[in-house]
Amino acid sequence: MSKIHVSAVVNGDPVDFLADPRESLLDCLRDQLGLTGSKEGCGTGDCGACSVTVDGVLVCSCLVLGVEAEGKAIGTVEGISQGSTLHPLQRKFIEHAALQCGFCTPGILVAAKALLDQNASPTETEVRYWLAGNLCRCTGYDKIVRAVMDAASEMREAV
Amino acid sequence: MHYHKPQTFEDAIKIAASARGVTRFLAGGTDVLVQLRAGTVTPDDLIDLKLIPGVHDIVRAADGGWTIGIAVSGAELGRHAGLVTEWPGVVEGMNLVGSTQVQGRATLAGNLCNGSPAADSVPGLVAAGATVTVVGPNGTRRLAVEDIPASPGRTHLQPGEIVSAIHLPPRGLNGGDAYLRFIPRTEMDIAVVGCAISLTLDGDKIATARVALGAVAPKVILVAEAAAILIGTTLDDNALSALQAAATAAAQPITDRRGTVEFRKDVTAVLAARTARIAYTRAKGEAK
Repeated sequence: MSKIHVSAVVNGDPVDFLADPRESLLDCLRDQLGLTGSKEGCGTGDCGACSVTVDGVLVCSCLVLGVEAEGKAIGTVEGISQGSTLHPLQRKFIEHAALQCGFCTPGILVAAKALLDQNASPTETEVRYWLAGNLCRCTGYDKIVRAVMDAASEMREAV
Repeated sequence: MHYHKPQTFEDAIKIAASARGVTRFLAGGTDVLVQLRAGTVTPDDLIDLKLIPGVHDIVRAADGGWTIGIAVSGAELGRHAGLVTEWPGVVEGMNLVGSTQVQGRATLAGNLCNGSPAADSVPGLVAAGATVTVVGPNGTRRLAVEDIPASPGRTHLQPGEIVSAIHLPPRGLNGGDAYLRFIPRTEMDIAVVGCAISLTLDGDKIATARVALGAVAPKVILVAEAAAILIGTTLDDNALSALQAAATAAAQPITDRRGTVEFRKDVTAVLAARTARIAYTRAKGEAK
């Protein structure tokens, strides 16, 4: 089975990798590029732990083939902080204790950032529906929703 | 598995025609990749249609309707002001498919060709009178959306045939459509029953109507008897009761873990009445 050469931009950096056409983008990110922040929860697009953005669109990277990333700009959890300075969402997740085991957290951070990028003042209902595809078995979601609302509020004030 | 990126539908058809093993066409991938991972379908040839020019476009057709490209995602459909205004039922059906993440990828064409009787976007298309262009080794044909599904997971497409575009007719004046489904949760679930209705008004009276049901038969069904009951009425209580009886009679559901036959028939009646009221209100121009 011949591998296909893929050129893409991940978190602003140009990357090249060789993908088996059957490999998901998630597997390519983790195994070829060493970006293990994105997790595989279900592998069927139900849990959101593998959430990334492709050209700004929030998707499950388990439902995208690595070869489909050719020429695309990919955003993962590793690109959210600015160096060692945490993104407000990351700080608020810690402040509100919006995680326990942490497995779902990278996907939720990517998904929440995608929401705030297009809607700076979401209602709680909008946050809950937007994150409906990100399953968390620890927190019961309330702390996550509060952290996202608080981060949005801080980011609005900072502008 | 060989991965192909044709630049035209003609090339895609040629690749499919020369393929010897299992072939799959790739649009949003939200079904194909799940099957690939589960090992239920491992294509020898995977033909990605997303690089063909025009497949991401929504354009006004010459007849006043719309032509929707096969790679337009649910999220793109939901952001299209013209479609949301004219065909809110079609858009709300598609937007009920999966999560935000799935909406970023999933397409109308994929939802249709996956052949699920519970596909949320299909009843809305059927009620709207949507058609699809099908291209294949033996030429091009135009089919009504209701003629595509055959049975769970199967369609009437011939080997090597591809849906190349989806067409919505002109909405015209005083028209409205709606889609409702029942699920036991509030989000991220598969329809236990789905109902779509599109109608046009002449004054207060219903002039034309189409009623479609999902998840209550081996495929999404068009219920002509239910539509005939609505025509000429003002959607009064008698018309609603008769609509409910006709829809329930047409429903041929099965009992499975999502619901029993009795429950599904009951819900069919409830949804038919509610959907008709929303479509009627929209046709009146009274928003929502």
